Amino acid sequence: MATAAISAERENYLNKEYGIRSWLLTTDHKRIALLYLASITFFFFIGGFFALLIRLELLTPAGDLVQADTYNKLFSMHGQVMIFFFLIPSIPAVLGNFLVPLMIGAKDLAFPRINLLSWYLYIIAGTIYLHCIVTGGVDTGWTFYTPFSTAFSNTRVIEAGISIFIAGFSSILTGLNFVVTIHRMRAPGMTWSRLPLFIWAMYATSIIQLLGTPVLAITLLLVVFERAFNLGIFDPTRGGDPLLFQHLFWFYSHPAVYIMILPAMAVESEVVACFTRKRIFGYNFVAMSSIAIAVFGFLVWAHHMFVAGISLYSALVFSILSYLVAVPSAIKVFNWTATMYKGSISFTTPMLYAFGFIGLFTMGGLTGLFLACLGIDVHVHDTYFVIAHFHYIMVGGAVMGYLGGLHFWWPKISGRMYPEAWGRLAALLVFSGFNLTFFPQFILGYMGMPRRYWQYPPEFQVLNVLSTAGSTILAIGYVLPMVYFLWSMRYGKIASDNPWGAAGLEWKTSSPPPTFNFDEEPEVTWEAYNYEQIPAPAEVNIER
Amino acid sequence: MSDSPIAVEQHGPELLHHFVDAEQQRDAASLGMWLFLATEVMFFGGMFCAYLIYRYWYYNEFAAGSRSLDIYLGTINTAVLICSSLTVALGVRAAQMGKRKLLVVLLLLTIVFGFAFLAIKGVEWYDKYKEHHIPGNAFNVDDLVKDYPQIHIDPRHEQIYFSLYFAMTGLHALHMIIGVGIFMFLTYYAWKGRYTPKYYTPIEMGGLYWHFVDIVWIYLFPLLYLIDRKPLR
Amino acid sequence: MSEHIMSSKFYYTIWIALLCLTVITAAVSFVDLGPLNTVVALVIATIKALLVVLFFMHVKYTSEKLTKIVIVSAIFWLFLLLALSMADYATRLLS
Repeated sequence: MATAAISAERENYLNKEYGIRSWLLTTDHKRIALLYLASITFFFFIGGFFALLIRLELLTPAGDLVQADTYNKLFSMHGQVMIFFFLIPSIPAVLGNFLVPLMIGAKDLAFPRINLLSWYLYIIAGTIYLHCIVTGGVDTGWTFYTPFSTAFSNTRVIEAGISIFIAGFSSILTGLNFVVTIHRMRAPGMTWSRLPLFIWAMYATSIIQLLGTPVLAITLLLVVFERAFNLGIFDPTRGGDPLLFQHLFWFYSHPAVYIMILPAMAVESEVVACFTRKRIFGYNFVAMSSIAIAVFGFLVWAHHMFVAGISLYSALVFSILSYLVAVPSAIKVFNWTATMYKGSISFTTPMLYAFGFIGLFTMGGLTGLFLACLGIDVHVHDTYFVIAHFHYIMVGGAVMGYLGGLHFWWPKISGRMYPEAWGRLAALLVFSGFNLTFFPQFILGYMGMPRRYWQYPPEFQVLNVLSTAGSTILAIGYVLPMVYFLWSMRYGKIASDNPWGAAGLEWKTSSPPPTFNFDEEPEVTWEAYNYEQIPAPAEVNIER
Repeated sequence: MSDSPIAVEQHGPELLHHFVDAEQQRDAASLGMWLFLATEVMFFGGMFCAYLIYRYWYYNEFAAGSRSLDIYLGTINTAVLICSSLTVALGVRAAQMGKRKLLVVLLLLTIVFGFAFLAIKGVEWYDKYKEHHIPGNAFNVDDLVKDYPQIHIDPRHEQIYFSLYFAMTGLHALHMIIGVGIFMFLTYYAWKGRYTPKYYTPIEMGGLYWHFVDIVWIYLFPLLYLIDRKPLR
Repeated sequence: MSEHIMSSKFYYTIWIALLCLTVITAAVSFVDLGPLNTVVALVIATIKALLVVLFFMHVKYTSEKLTKIVIVSAIFWLFLLLALSMADYATRLLS
């Protein structure tokens, strides 16, 4: 504990410099991570606010809270804000930015100024989107389908398109930075096979960001041009093909879901290893499965278009490929579970999120297979079944991974412990609130309730009420960490260098780390997850 | 100091603090630029995809539109870009050999070729404007319909060809403009003596970007100009 | 990037080759080869692109395998986009 007290007073990246300029002009990857943390949290609550209004409207079968046009805007902007301004950046821009250099033993990312530029692009994009919201919003669905978005919608489509276009470049530059950093800046002895699985998964995520996002960018640009200059590329009355838009859009947007889930899987590997005090079972398989997900993820996009009018033969091919893409994810789930076998498990907050992740991600993933089946998809496409499916993965999976990661690395980031009891309470609230919100939606969808509908037949009401009730519990579960994380920065217990007794280079430096990460360049002579060499901390900070 | 977000320039020849040595810095810059070019391949690629599909559907209109482009200006422009790639490659070589004045001359020549390309492109676009081939309210391809009575030209499909023509050449021209801007910065710093045989990474990286923009045009030229130039029966 | 410094004559040779190929591709487009016109045009374009990539961009002389992997991956990914999209369009009328 003496070292802990010294740690907090030592010069670190937080107390090295004060003042707003030192934050807004920083090139320190750790500070940039915190800049992102603040911004994406802000947008999370904006997106959450839209969700709240949606769930309130859906308490009753009639459309009585908002008008139909407004409802269209609510679900469209909920989707866009949550995906582009929260989920896509979340783990990569916050945890990735903070941890990638630390985990590989580098002083910073390869291009620190481009890193800062990434954040500014995100902020510019976010500001434009906020302006879009207050000047009328978008009602095209988060997917901008043509020809509605190009020819018929009366909302701020161009502005939203430009905003997301810019946000895309933020994402691309982050990915570029990670790939170059991981290739070029590993410390001596840090071979590929000694990398934490977190790095493998972030690397795979970055590949997707690099290769997929540009296609979204050009697609949005074409939509903007079409709308601004009345071109006709996607207009069926002029020979354009709306499905061309969908092909181009989903070529990015399907791999985008892997941008959202792979980082959560990255967190999962680290958390499971630490709180079972074992090397992840099948390290090579888990590492390779990350790459496989990144590659296979690009081969399945038209499964979003099964009933849109693509040819039956291409639908068959995409269906088969969609089944195959589940395999590497399943491999990960099996390996995490196998890691826990005969492990020494402690139920800390991050581990609770990790357990939640495995269960909920598996359910979301399996229901994806339902959707990959052509016959079933005809029945449940565009229903609440799909909504439940992707929320299980993106919220039950990605957001829980994000929260678990925030808790796990909070001591490293802030030098403080969060209050463990509150952490566990919040985790349980999130888990139960989440299931109450979204499980009824599987049933609703299967029963036939369409998505994006502002009103519904009365027989669906009970399940909708359950869902809304769940969402309020979920909301509380999200607000709690915000409160106690902030509280902990002032009053939290001071953290030692390695409060969890975890493996990984980031735990070998102080909490919080110094600006250049390590006092001396580390030299790695051990394998990843060398838990047999790391003593378990006595009473792992489970104090209140 | 360059503000271009895309150029991977460094603050002078000194080693940046987070790199272990100059070689790591250079290798990082190189990988970074190649990865960026990969993203550019996918960026243009989306439009190549749209082009591929609509050419498959509307071959006649694409052929007619292609014929209405000036093949001489297109060929000259292709040659201009090839010359500019030569000056860039020779420029990198001059930097490698520490020949400052030669480097500056070659960089300036590159910029001149860049402007020449843009000027010729401007002329071509102006021609299209005069012929009412710019998509929008003034779009009119009665001239093409008349010129090709033997094939059915649907003006709506013809507009798709020209939409793609302007989108693709427009995006390419934008990249050229950015390239010229980058090279202006490079010329200035080269003149100031910043680049030596030990440190000429920005010249190399700028060169890679420029060559890439050239390669995009190498594909745009046949795809847009040479669809069907067979003598009409 | 290779440290190997090529002779300027070498670059001029590549330059001449590129110019010749440009003239050839433009000229050939006036000859009726049926569907082969497109093939020839793309083949020539690819040769030109290869000359630029391998020689002007020094990829032939680099010892860095990663560069080549990045290039091949980019081309492959573009090919994925084009091929799988065309798979839909090319088979629509068969259904």
